[in-house]
Amino acid sequence: MLALLAALAGCAVQSPRLLGAPPAGLPPRVELTATPFFPQEDYQCGPAALATTLSAIGFPTRPEALVDRVFLPGRQGSLQIEMLAGARGRGAVATRIPGTLDALMRETHHGNPVVVLQNLGLSWAPSWHYAVVIGYDLDAAHFVLRSGPMERQELAFSTFEYTWDRGGRWAFVVTPPGMLPATATEAEATRALVAFEHNAPPDAATRAYRAALARWPDNLTLAMGLGNTLYAQGNKPGAAAAFRNAAQRHNDAAAYNNLAMVLLELGRRDEARSAAKKAVSLGGPFQAQAADTLWRVND
Amino acid sequence: MNRFKRLLSVLLAVCFTNGVMIQTAQAALVSTEQVARVAADGSAHQRLNDMLTRADVQAELERHGLSADVAKERIAALTDAEAAALAEQIDSAPAGGIIGAILLVFFVLLVTDILGFTKVFPFTRSVR
Repeated sequence: MLALLAALAGCAVQSPRLLGAPPAGLPPRVELTATPFFPQEDYQCGPAALATTLSAIGFPTRPEALVDRVFLPGRQGSLQIEMLAGARGRGAVATRIPGTLDALMRETHHGNPVVVLQNLGLSWAPSWHYAVVIGYDLDAAHFVLRSGPMERQELAFSTFEYTWDRGGRWAFVVTPPGMLPATATEAEATRALVAFEHNAPPDAATRAYRAALARWPDNLTLAMGLGNTLYAQGNKPGAAAAFRNAAQRHNDAAAYNNLAMVLLELGRRDEARSAAKKAVSLGGPFQAQAADTLWRVND
Repeated sequence: MNRFKRLLSVLLAVCFTNGVMIQTAQAALVSTEQVARVAADGSAHQRLNDMLTRADVQAELERHGLSADVAKERIAALTDAEAAALAEQIDSAPAGGIIGAILLVFFVLLVTDILGFTKVFPFTRSVR
């Protein structure tokens, strides 16, 4: 038993440090009281947690509508990848946020409830559970959650952190396209938007890419996403401008290739030829595609 | 034999759709997903592999209790990277949804609950 406790206490917890030096720029307490509550039925905490956050950001959703999208009967639960996909299926962007208590607090401070994966049991007897963090109280040292059958669960920082740590400190925030979580990293936001584009209406994806480019203007993937989604909307002049911007900023073969294709469709063959030649000369993993584009331009 | 038939049908399906996709790919733009993949690991798209993975994951989802239609829709909602990750994790990844532990560990969990290491039971209050 002692060894077990020692092993448990071995987790790299932040809560003691957090209490000693409260994070800068955060109010002492936050609670997103308007967050809806869906009492969970058996094993359905995935759909319930997802419906909670989606409804909170203005995508009214019932848990029952999500069961077919995220619940996996054979596992009696919902997998993390499908939780993210389930949010996208309702038109929202789902972005993973950093695994720190500070990030959880900052998101709630910005009005974003956070879906977290907890292991309520032990590492060798896991009891996986999704809950929604809706606030915290620095003085009382607890988080406030919508969790399973509990509309308002107060969970001590340390207890929360033990359960969260055993779930891999996994958390995500859903936002309407065009908004981003306050704490999202460039890599996670990009991953989220590429996945969002996969099934989203092109105009919504364009809006999302524009917002992300405003924050990270030097990201090639985001710049290409903007061009591709403008093209998917039928906005060829806009797509050409976006691809030209990406091509010049990054000197990238894929951007020149796409620019050449769009210019060709716009009937600007000479410009298309020079872009295609540039794509071929840069080489790289899309060489075959660039060569094909040049062949079309010269045809 | 059944297994062989399934593998054969998957392979045939991949061969046909792959042929179609290569033809259309020539006329299409480089997708954002392809750019992201190159940015992430420097390798270009491996289409044949991805198609196999998707067929595989769909079969796995059906094995876990989904109807063929639902499994198909759910696999379509994933990016190639997500489909590949799901193929690896479907049996092992955490599946959130279970509250309630085995009787065997009931007392251990009760004690750890009270100490604030776990939170299995709604009625416990941590001593911390």
